[in-house]
Amino acid sequence: MERRTFLNVGSLAFGSLLVPVFGRAIAAEELLAPMAVTAKKALADVAMNAATKAGASYCDVRIGRYLNQYIITRDLNVENVTNTESAGVGVRVICNGAYGFAATSDMSADGIAGAARQAVAIAKANARLQSEPVQLAPVKGAGEVAWATPVVKDWRAVPIKDKAELLIAANKAGMDAGANFMQSMLFQVNQQKYFASTDGSYIDQDLQRLWAPLSATAVDKASGKFRSRSGLSTPVGMGYEYLDARAQDKIKAAGGVATLYTKSYDIVEDARAAGRDAKRKLTAKSVAPGKYDLMLSPEHLFLTIHESVGHPTELDRVLGYEANYAGTSFATLDKWQSKNFKYGSPLVNIVADKTTPGSLGNVGYDDEGVKCKRWDIIKDGILVNYQATRDQAHIIGEKESHGCSYADSWSNVQFQRMPNVSLQAGKKALSPDEMVKDIKKGIYIVGDGSFSIDQQRYNFQFGGQLFYEINNGKIGQMLEDVAYQSNTQDFWNACTAICDERDWRMGGSFFDGKGQPPQISIVSHGSSTARFNGINVINTARKIG
Amino acid sequence: MTILNQEQTKRICERVLALSKADECIVSVGGSREGNIRFARNAVSTAGLAENTAVTVQVAFGKRQGTASINEYDDKSLEKVVRRAEDLARLAPENPEFMPAVAKQAYKESATFSAKTAAIDPEFRAQAAAYAIEACRKNKLVAAGFFTDSTAFSTVANSNGVFGHQQQTGLDFTCTVRTEDGRGSGWVKRSALDASRFDAREAADVAIEKALRSVDAKAIEPGRYTVILEPAATSELIGFMMSGFDARQTDEGRSFLSKKGGASRLGDKLFDQQVNIWTDPWNPDVPVLPWDAQSLIARERVDIIKDGKVNALDYSQYWAKKKGVKPTATPGNLIMAGTNKSTAELIANTKKGILVTRTWYIRLVDPQSVLLTGLTRDGTFYIENGKIKYPIKNFRFNESPVTMLNNIEEIGKPVIIGGDEVAYQMAIPPMKVRDFNFTSLSDAV
Repeated sequence: MERRTFLNVGSLAFGSLLVPVFGRAIAAEELLAPMAVTAKKALADVAMNAATKAGASYCDVRIGRYLNQYIITRDLNVENVTNTESAGVGVRVICNGAYGFAATSDMSADGIAGAARQAVAIAKANARLQSEPVQLAPVKGAGEVAWATPVVKDWRAVPIKDKAELLIAANKAGMDAGANFMQSMLFQVNQQKYFASTDGSYIDQDLQRLWAPLSATAVDKASGKFRSRSGLSTPVGMGYEYLDARAQDKIKAAGGVATLYTKSYDIVEDARAAGRDAKRKLTAKSVAPGKYDLMLSPEHLFLTIHESVGHPTELDRVLGYEANYAGTSFATLDKWQSKNFKYGSPLVNIVADKTTPGSLGNVGYDDEGVKCKRWDIIKDGILVNYQATRDQAHIIGEKESHGCSYADSWSNVQFQRMPNVSLQAGKKALSPDEMVKDIKKGIYIVGDGSFSIDQQRYNFQFGGQLFYEINNGKIGQMLEDVAYQSNTQDFWNACTAICDERDWRMGGSFFDGKGQPPQISIVSHGSSTARFNGINVINTARKIG
Repeated sequence: MTILNQEQTKRICERVLALSKADECIVSVGGSREGNIRFARNAVSTAGLAENTAVTVQVAFGKRQGTASINEYDDKSLEKVVRRAEDLARLAPENPEFMPAVAKQAYKESATFSAKTAAIDPEFRAQAAAYAIEACRKNKLVAAGFFTDSTAFSTVANSNGVFGHQQQTGLDFTCTVRTEDGRGSGWVKRSALDASRFDAREAADVAIEKALRSVDAKAIEPGRYTVILEPAATSELIGFMMSGFDARQTDEGRSFLSKKGGASRLGDKLFDQQVNIWTDPWNPDVPVLPWDAQSLIARERVDIIKDGKVNALDYSQYWAKKKGVKPTATPGNLIMAGTNKSTAELIANTKKGILVTRTWYIRLVDPQSVLLTGLTRDGTFYIENGKIKYPIKNFRFNESPVTMLNNIEEIGKPVIIGGDEVAYQMAIPPMKVRDFNFTSLSDAV
């Protein structure tokens, strides 16, 4: 779920900043100089020594330097360019069986030792209210290791002018194709994260992520109608090379209704298509409500996976730790223990995987120093596992953590966040065009739209970007006012076909919100185009005034 | 030293303005101290105190603009942040829509500070959690909740002589109480500027009562119903709607307030006669800073909807200049007129209806009609002959706040409610609304 916009992230609560930033704004030339690993190790040792001396039985230290740049354009104007930096240290301890956490931007030895002692004091205070001691799954110390996002072109080295010109070119293409208004943005993230723990890990990671969303809006002043179409790209764990479009990374949607992208993205081409589609939407046919066989493209299905599988299988939600905010989960422990809870049809295989190259969740180690891996969540339709951190693993009989710990800042405590959660490709050869042939009355949905699901993840409603009717095996005209509603278990059990691995690609979110105080996370979800039979579609057209 | 006084911040602002060589300079100094305690499964899960400060400098050379911030206040650091902002401004492309810094403004102080809230300590926070946890343990219920308080200061200045300084405090408490078997759930939210207006025991009791009453909810058919919506059920819907009051969007034909042929609905009676919504930085229940932090324009009391008519739109500096009107400050609060009737009185006056405690996961489905979808949660009850008869299962709704505010039958007494996904401080009444559109059932408790 995306509960806050990117631009508000990290802005101070007092609301006095002049521009929305997510860290301290810095000059561009300072972005490329990392802090020396030896200095980080020395600081981490100071914290761990202070914590253990104060009584901690365990301590981990996260030294973070988060560098971001965002560029916002509207039509042919650059509205904002901001570089930001946030640096500091977060110290988590266990003392008397309870957690304590403290963070500081004072990166002197005294400042860090002080934070460590404060974390221990908080742990001691919390221990009085603790019902049972924290139990960490063992982790073998990794020693001194490093991991970095494989990057071909570092966004920090690309001139702002080049990036701004690309976005303006995209906006121009969209307007030339029929949009009255265009907006495009570029979010670029570099997280320099150092993790050390009393288990003997000193892990230095350099992570890069990028997202280039756009929106085209067409207005018919005579009728007073307006319609928008968003971009069909995905946020990625890659460098700027994602925006160097390559022909081999383009594929055609079923019936050729759209061009879709895999490992690189042609933003100008997509903006042009968005402008054209926004204009077409003004005259598209309003959907007749009823039951349809839905054919969902990965650019759309990722969000349904995120909400109806990703969140319900988070173990902290299952246990009740999110009950006051994001909610609990229908996927309760008894269902998992039964070993026959039919989450979906036998075609449905969903894996958690923090190792998928190019994905947002791809890191070497999580924020507890656990090496990242892949495991099954749903196998042949049956719920077989959850997503767990070190302190949860024993609850589901695991001997080691799944590596699902993440904090969005050095100043926030790490907790359980979903890994990449993906639907596996179908095992039989099937292309999207072949899938269409077998559908009598259906709707093909491409791109993500509005999304909403209840607090236990049963009832959901999703919109989309592009909707096409399917009649007797053929894609027909464009539809509008489409949203579908279902129950999670009914929906996944209605999955009757999944295209093969040739069609498998990822979507993702930059702003998955959870926790109190709220934190955001990044996550990708892969799938191939999939078919779901007999899903309830509603017409969302309304008249007001 | 997180919370600085006016004298200290004025000195910082003057130093920054003197250091700047740009055509114009805007400076903002802010700091906050935020405490919190989180609990779940009848135990505290986390507790903390976060302190943060920043000085932000925005400069412009012609139409090129740059911004930088730093969290140190010595002369060297201030010089550094000014130079960084100037460097960025030189790198940035020209913005054809650039607007110069505002002229000197008169900021009339608003009462945003409470010493009692500023004095909240870990013991106070722990006690807020303890009331809920202990009462739930006694009643075989399970509590989860979050209490957070903040004390902050905000100072703004620019090279045209603008200066403002003010302190703020606030607290929010939310608590979800669930039955051990998971068949019942209740919720409460309390927001206050002044801690003396917060009663953790009263709040916890509301959530407990709702949890106990909500067990064994019956399913009733989705459809259009008369509903009594508590303030937490409508505040986010109304907040979502306010984004459509942007004048530029409206004039460009991209708002629900745009009309056929290119005109706007300004002046049209779009809502029920009883609907009056305004913003007022000096409102004693939900006071906010007397300036808009983005533009530094002084906030004023503005009637946004008056007797059901669209009375005002938000004009940015750029759009105001283009249209030849006065630019407006972005509202910091929303106040909706009500009556002295309690929610219980609204229930007592209802023959058949549904009481909704809160709404959840609200998303915009169609900006043209402000169609929103979302769900009811943590206490949905069927009302018959003026009484709550039994709990009912939650619904998904697909409804526009414009339609909702057209279908009002009765309004109650406004209560203070902090925003969740919308940024406003609000005073919103409970409302009785006819024909509210529930489109499907949810199994979630």
